[in-house]
Amino acid sequence: MRDVAIIGVGQTKVGEHWDVSLRHLALEALQAALADAGVAQADALYVGNMLSGELTGQENLGALITDFAGLRGIEAFKVEAGCASGAAAMRMGYVAVASGLANVVVVVGVEKMTDALGPDVTAGVAMSTDADYEASQGISLVAANALLMRRYMHEFGYSHADFAPFAVNAHRNGKNNPHAMFRFPLKAERFATAPMICDPINLMDSSPTCDGAAAVVLASGDSARAFSTSPVHVAASAAGTDTLAVHDRRDPLVLDGAVLSTHRAYAQAGIEPQSIDLFELHDGFGILSTLSLEAAGFAERGEGLRLALEGEIGIEGRVPISTMGGLKARGHPGGATGVYQIVEVVQQLRGLAGDNQVTNARIGMAQSIGGTGATVITHILERMD
Amino acid sequence: MSIPGNWRLQQQRYRLVGEICEKCHARIFPPRDICPECEAPAKTEILFSGKGKVYSYSTVHNPPRGFEDFAPYTVALVRLEEGPMVTAQLTDVEHVNVSVGMPVEMVTRKIQAGGEEGPIVYGYKFRPAISAVS
Repeated sequence: MRDVAIIGVGQTKVGEHWDVSLRHLALEALQAALADAGVAQADALYVGNMLSGELTGQENLGALITDFAGLRGIEAFKVEAGCASGAAAMRMGYVAVASGLANVVVVVGVEKMTDALGPDVTAGVAMSTDADYEASQGISLVAANALLMRRYMHEFGYSHADFAPFAVNAHRNGKNNPHAMFRFPLKAERFATAPMICDPINLMDSSPTCDGAAAVVLASGDSARAFSTSPVHVAASAAGTDTLAVHDRRDPLVLDGAVLSTHRAYAQAGIEPQSIDLFELHDGFGILSTLSLEAAGFAERGEGLRLALEGEIGIEGRVPISTMGGLKARGHPGGATGVYQIVEVVQQLRGLAGDNQVTNARIGMAQSIGGTGATVITHILERMD
Repeated sequence: MSIPGNWRLQQQRYRLVGEICEKCHARIFPPRDICPECEAPAKTEILFSGKGKVYSYSTVHNPPRGFEDFAPYTVALVRLEEGPMVTAQLTDVEHVNVSVGMPVEMVTRKIQAGGEEGPIVYGYKFRPAISAVS
């Protein structure tokens, strides 16, 4: 296996892009990444996408995007793993370069959600739950997470307001990210009074439906410096799974898939959680951030929320999360999100995160969750110097 | 879901037919043919009692397509007497009266209306256990 490095990154602004199609979004991110890497061609393109067939009627995205982007002929296909699709495409790119089967690979995460109506998007996203035994009962992905949040509050005695610091932190950081969907601060009072989606999860605890695309270019570690003056080492790429349905979990309040994924990544990188300078976790809802912090070893069961309450998740905190706004404020364009997380960790490690820069960031972790913890894909990135 | 897809699930939807592991005797619902506890084959069918307790619940205000007519409705994780957990809607109860630990029992109700041409899907929901209400 060869070392793998990221030699270029690109992203579109996240938002409601009524005037831009899926293929144009992908092209913009892809061209930005290729330009950043200083390359014009690649051996392969892997597309992270969750719902293009369901929401826009378009599948076969590998051929679509290579053709549209002037890369016709190269190996290309779509990778799907629910909301972790972008991270799965990144892992596919990693495997291709690490194995020596490809030298330069482009990974694009793209999602176009605003072409469809709200109930259709909700039903589409719910397809990453168990269709026979969860979605068929009227469960949405928000509802599945709400069941976990209610139980967490019940078992450990937390209040709804205790979850506010996650959204407040995300908005504080999103404000300074020019690519973020929400660039306004959020007060805890507004979090408390937002309308319910699936109680106890309300609108301000939930990441938004949106459009966006992000891309990275990968090359072998040995060749990285020939392409880029600031390459970033992929120190670990790891995936783990759990039961698809929440009701089948050993303990619904422990994300076993995240435990497996994270600890495989730590072992591969040869580090402990304490070495992580920032953690781009899957903050689709405050409860997911909480359970992710616990699964990654930053807190014991029932204690993850304390990190947020004690101010440890901010840029200056012990475990900075959602440093460019996270899913909550940057936005959560489904299968693109996992690639946005990688792009943002690279920005931090290159020292290009602006007002959100984590001081002397050397190692960053990105983690995407498909479904309610069923597929969890983790990457650890490291500065090369 | 398709008509055949719903038809295949009728034993589970109407009667809560699950499985029992021949080796470790774990009771399994939904059926999955391989025991999640010990990974032995588990194809012997058993009928679940339909009695359980609410493990957690949520009231859905923004429903997915196909469930708009029911909103707002309350979904729950129900821990069945025999051990497994099931995801289902609660019925015959106002959401403000639901609590974690509440005893419930299975009933058959309409769970989805497929629009003008689609099938009406019936299946399990859970209501407060009658003995606990009186």
